Amino acid sequence: MDRILLAHGSGGQLSHDLIRDLFLPHFPAPTLAKLDDAAVVQPLASAATGAQPNISRASRLAFTTDSYVVKPLFFNGGDIGRLAVCGTVNDLAMVGATPLYLSAGFVIEEGLEMETLRRVVASMKASAEEAGVEVVAGDTKVVERGGADRLFINTAGLGAVPPGIEISASNAQPGDLVILSGAIGDHGLAVLSEREGLAFKSQLASDAAPLNHLVSAMLEVSPEIHVLRDPTRGGLATTLNEIARQSQAAIAIEESRIPVHEDVRAACEMLGYDPLYVANEGKLVAMVAPHAAEAVLQAMHGDPYGKEATIIGEVMAQPVGKVLLRTGIGGTRIVDMLAGEMLPRIC
Amino acid sequence: MKYLDEFRDPELAASLVESIHRRSTRQIRIMEFCGTHTVSIFKHGIRQLLPPTIEMLSGPGCPICVTANTDLDWAIALASQPNLIITTFGDMLRVPGSRSSLERAKAEGADIRIVYSTLDALQIARDNPERPVVFLGIGFETTAPTVAVSILQAREERIENYNVLSLHKLTPPATKAVLDSGESLLDGIIGPGHVTTVIGSRAWEFLPQEYGISCVIAGFEPLDVLQGIYTLVERVENSEPRVDNLYARSVRREGNQTALDYVNMVFEPNAADWRGMGTIPASGLRLRAEFRRFDARENYKVDPGPTEEPPGCLCGDVIRGAATPPDCPLYREACTPHNPVGPCMVSSEGTCAAYYMYAGEGL
Repeated sequence: MDRILLAHGSGGQLSHDLIRDLFLPHFPAPTLAKLDDAAVVQPLASAATGAQPNISRASRLAFTTDSYVVKPLFFNGGDIGRLAVCGTVNDLAMVGATPLYLSAGFVIEEGLEMETLRRVVASMKASAEEAGVEVVAGDTKVVERGGADRLFINTAGLGAVPPGIEISASNAQPGDLVILSGAIGDHGLAVLSEREGLAFKSQLASDAAPLNHLVSAMLEVSPEIHVLRDPTRGGLATTLNEIARQSQAAIAIEESRIPVHEDVRAACEMLGYDPLYVANEGKLVAMVAPHAAEAVLQAMHGDPYGKEATIIGEVMAQPVGKVLLRTGIGGTRIVDMLAGEMLPRIC
Repeated sequence: MKYLDEFRDPELAASLVESIHRRSTRQIRIMEFCGTHTVSIFKHGIRQLLPPTIEMLSGPGCPICVTANTDLDWAIALASQPNLIITTFGDMLRVPGSRSSLERAKAEGADIRIVYSTLDALQIARDNPERPVVFLGIGFETTAPTVAVSILQAREERIENYNVLSLHKLTPPATKAVLDSGESLLDGIIGPGHVTTVIGSRAWEFLPQEYGISCVIAGFEPLDVLQGIYTLVERVENSEPRVDNLYARSVRREGNQTALDYVNMVFEPNAADWRGMGTIPASGLRLRAEFRRFDARENYKVDPGPTEEPPGCLCGDVIRGAATPPDCPLYREACTPHNPVGPCMVSSEGTCAAYYMYAGEGL
């Protein structure tokens, strides 16, 4: 079988072949094809690429990076490549930026099947096309067997924030309504259910998706979106806590309004997990001025990744930094950040 | 979701809460034995729905929490044996012992693997025939049958490298110890639903007979718990102590005979050390003589060093219901789920963790 050799990372002929034959066909940006040490990209004002709208000259830059080490590399509904593109695209989208360019760095363990790498890269290409971003810079390192767990990917992303957009986790205002873009917990349980040692089969599929088009649709109908966050690791509960703390506000949510798919609920009940703490890769939570909420919600319903969007609560002034949950039976409790790893119950 | 939503119906819950308020005139103290009940009560916000006449106390029903430091230290010392693989339920990992934890031992190179079932531990033993594999047998009557079955399976398949460190504990003796201490005068007990599925509701009949205390066996959904509280109020108001099985969809008076047979086949009762309660006679399970070759205690001699308790930690009192987490000087200050000092803050079913995670300050 065709495998990654240490020599693929040497910088010699094999490295060139790998770049030419495996990476470039999937990432066709002319900037990348030059294979220079750095991508020289167009000024923002003329950076319209693919499906992107024209970028205003007054735009500010948004820049972010994230590394992906998910195990297994492939899972129902996604793979490390789709995560590597969507995760970084979403980080840009969550500050209201239009994602434009990505870089991709691959740390590959010696012996990885070439076919696996090819599948991951093809998935990145498809996700990048869906998001409308170009991969314009890249790097490949091969480490000795045992030096990495098959494949790690780092992506960095550059985006443009239009004038007038001020989205930040510290921007939630009392009175804002809290909108969740869809059901929670799909990604975490899809990955978990494929992990070794957990003997249950399911149809759970990851929700990994680029959310930038959803965000543009939201911003088109209202600039009064104060906070956007994608509740990834640590789940919705952790994200809401971060927002409450950074905004010096309280957030109250209603348990009965939080969508959770039936199979996710069942798996959580069985394993002793709380869906509020399970990771998502294609959901966002937004704090929106109350008078704008209905329009934003309508706009979200028109996007494939926002169909199940719903209002789950509101921002309050007190108690500062806390997240309160009204339970299904009418009680109230605190929702804290996730402490340590979530573990299944034993009794 | 079917079979769950029915037990979370908001209207039925409201009507039960209303009935409890209407019926409760006497000041009563109820202890929920089981950590899963504790979490359910907090998670659904049940305490705030109750009238001031009802005081809820959390009991010793968190298997991680009641594991004594002596046993924990022994397991941690065992983990450092060369070549040995420890398999354990994940909750145990972060519990601090006298000087270390399994988590720290793992970081220092011990081969400790989280499993979800004893069958996974057995598989690890099959896959590593040249290495000893020890399963940490933690838990009450609920987990003991599966451990018993794994040992029978190991005997049948001649998996000689499989060992169990049995730290299993029995719930009725612990309940007696709590009552005999006289520290918390209880009027009623919500019995552990899962445990009672195995041991049967008859195992709790000593409560009304010997102590004059009512006991309800309840499920873990909000309606189960509210119905349990309502029934206990009713029994106290009428002064007629008895055992009510409200979890008939799972529990029978005689329990699960098959599970009990497996436990009896492999284990025998012995004295066990409990955190906060000392040594309680016939409150633990050890492997019977014919299964001793699977007993990690028999097969390994390790030196865990002297046992130390974290200064200031009130876990022992919290387990007995003699203190609540806010009584502890470490609670929320030195001891949090992110940086736990005592086991009640580590386990997802620990009383301190439940207070911290769900109740917040002043709620």
